[in-house]
Amino acid sequence: MQNLKSNPSFITIGENAKMINTAQKEGLKKENVLSLAKSSKTIEAKNLCLWYKNFNALKNININIGEKQVVALIGPSGCGKSTFLRTLNRMNDTVEGCKITGEVLFEGKNIYSSSVSAPEIRAKIGMVFQKANPFPMSIYDNIAYGPRIQGIHSKQVLNELVETSLKSAALWDETKDRLKKSALGLSGGQQQRLCIARALAIKPQVLLMDEATSALDPISTGKIEELILQLKKDYTIVTVTHNMQQAARISDKTAFFLLGELIEYNDTDIIFSNPENAKTKDYITGRFG
Amino acid sequence: MLCGVISVAFVLFISVYLIIAGVPAIQKIGILKFLFGPVWNNSNEQYGILAFILTSIYGTAGAVLLGVPIGIFTAVYLAKKAPPKIYKTVHIAVGVLAGIPSVVYGLIGMIIIVPAIQKAFNLSSGANLLSAILVLTVMILPYIINVSVTALKAVPPEYEEASLALGATKTETFFYVSLKAAKSGVVTSVMQGVGRAVGEAMAVIMVAGNVANMPGLLKSVRFLTTAIVSEMSYAPYGSLQRQALFSIGLVLFLFIMLINGFLYCFVRREKE
Repeated sequence: MQNLKSNPSFITIGENAKMINTAQKEGLKKENVLSLAKSSKTIEAKNLCLWYKNFNALKNININIGEKQVVALIGPSGCGKSTFLRTLNRMNDTVEGCKITGEVLFEGKNIYSSSVSAPEIRAKIGMVFQKANPFPMSIYDNIAYGPRIQGIHSKQVLNELVETSLKSAALWDETKDRLKKSALGLSGGQQQRLCIARALAIKPQVLLMDEATSALDPISTGKIEELILQLKKDYTIVTVTHNMQQAARISDKTAFFLLGELIEYNDTDIIFSNPENAKTKDYITGRFG
Repeated sequence: MLCGVISVAFVLFISVYLIIAGVPAIQKIGILKFLFGPVWNNSNEQYGILAFILTSIYGTAGAVLLGVPIGIFTAVYLAKKAPPKIYKTVHIAVGVLAGIPSVVYGLIGMIIIVPAIQKAFNLSSGANLLSAILVLTVMILPYIINVSVTALKAVPPEYEEASLALGATKTETFFYVSLKAAKSGVVTSVMQGVGRAVGEAMAVIMVAGNVANMPGLLKSVRFLTTAIVSEMSYAPYGSLQRQALFSIGLVLFLFIMLINGFLYCFVRREKE
């Protein structure tokens, strides 16, 4: 076992942080550790602050989100977790009076620098919203929308994309006979999986989920949780959730937000068993929030 | 309830009256000769209205062809992109435009558009189909803009968010998602515009030249509406000419019914 642990290739991808710790303990060269850490970072927020007009909604957030990890953002309503999620693909750009300072590095490049356009970032960092929001079009056109925007018009390529996206979202069997029917005829849970499939169709590297299951029944929620565990093989997933059990079930790391601050960020099992900060403990044990 | 009954009664009454008044002339002339006869000539008692029908269709189509793109682009800009100040100003301006009496449009067309077209194409008179199309375009714009703006503003922001999150630009989002979602409102607005263009008489008679020619862009023409207006006052009671004018009214009425029928079917299909 000791041997296995010292060899990084045997460690599952979701455990980068642990791996680095282990590596450090076992006296690997510091350089190696750093390069390891760098390659494992997909998103990094540095001194990120956000104002809605005069309201300081995010205060100096610093966080690293590793590749192919599931990170859950938890905290009471209004703590800034959704706001933070939306800074990661520049969806806050659409909000009037919103000002952002600091950096969000994606693959080492600040997504807020003037050389980067918001649409290009959003094509790489997909998003699923709280309320399922399929377009009032057919199932097929919903999925094909993103690729078409990217300039893909070949029917064959689109057909394949639609099929693989729906399969990845575990929706293919239910919809393959009604691709040309309106997406609004699907059930709530199916609609949300359609939205996931739609986001996957543009082949993003990261998937942001903003309370994607909060409006769904337990069975649909279970399906989407299973799906998240499947998807984490290929995607980095950042999810906002009010459901603590869900965060514990699906995430590798958990970040606790309170009043616009990142209070604690650590491995999920540590956050839920032995949090460092008393506020985190109070929240997860249900003493407030 | 009473108001509903009264308005339905009016529609029925108008339909019945128009049929009673319009059918005799069609019977006397023959429906084919009436609808497809190319010549309208009082002195020979030739009453073919093909030229009027085609003029009305061409004129309306021209106004729609020009007015719909302008109207929709304006509506998208106003509903989605315009800063509040510009939105307010243009919104008020469009409201005023909708309230201007058509005779005023006719006057402005006479003073500005007709001479401009005469000069631009070096004609002996600028009163022609093109002038009428331009005036009609301006007249239907407020309808298209107002209703489309309302429909576009009612598009749930979630649709637009979803599109932006997929890497679409704002402009792509407005045209591919918002406009699509607002389709039934936009189509309604266009059909209202068509209805107004088909039915307009006053402004058109002042700028179209009012000669019973087969339509051509730079020819003086007479529309279905203007054919009735220009002859009604001197057509003797009981004459075939007067009856034929009522028949034109019937044709016009059928046109409007057709447009409404199309709209009704479209809206119903959209709902399903």
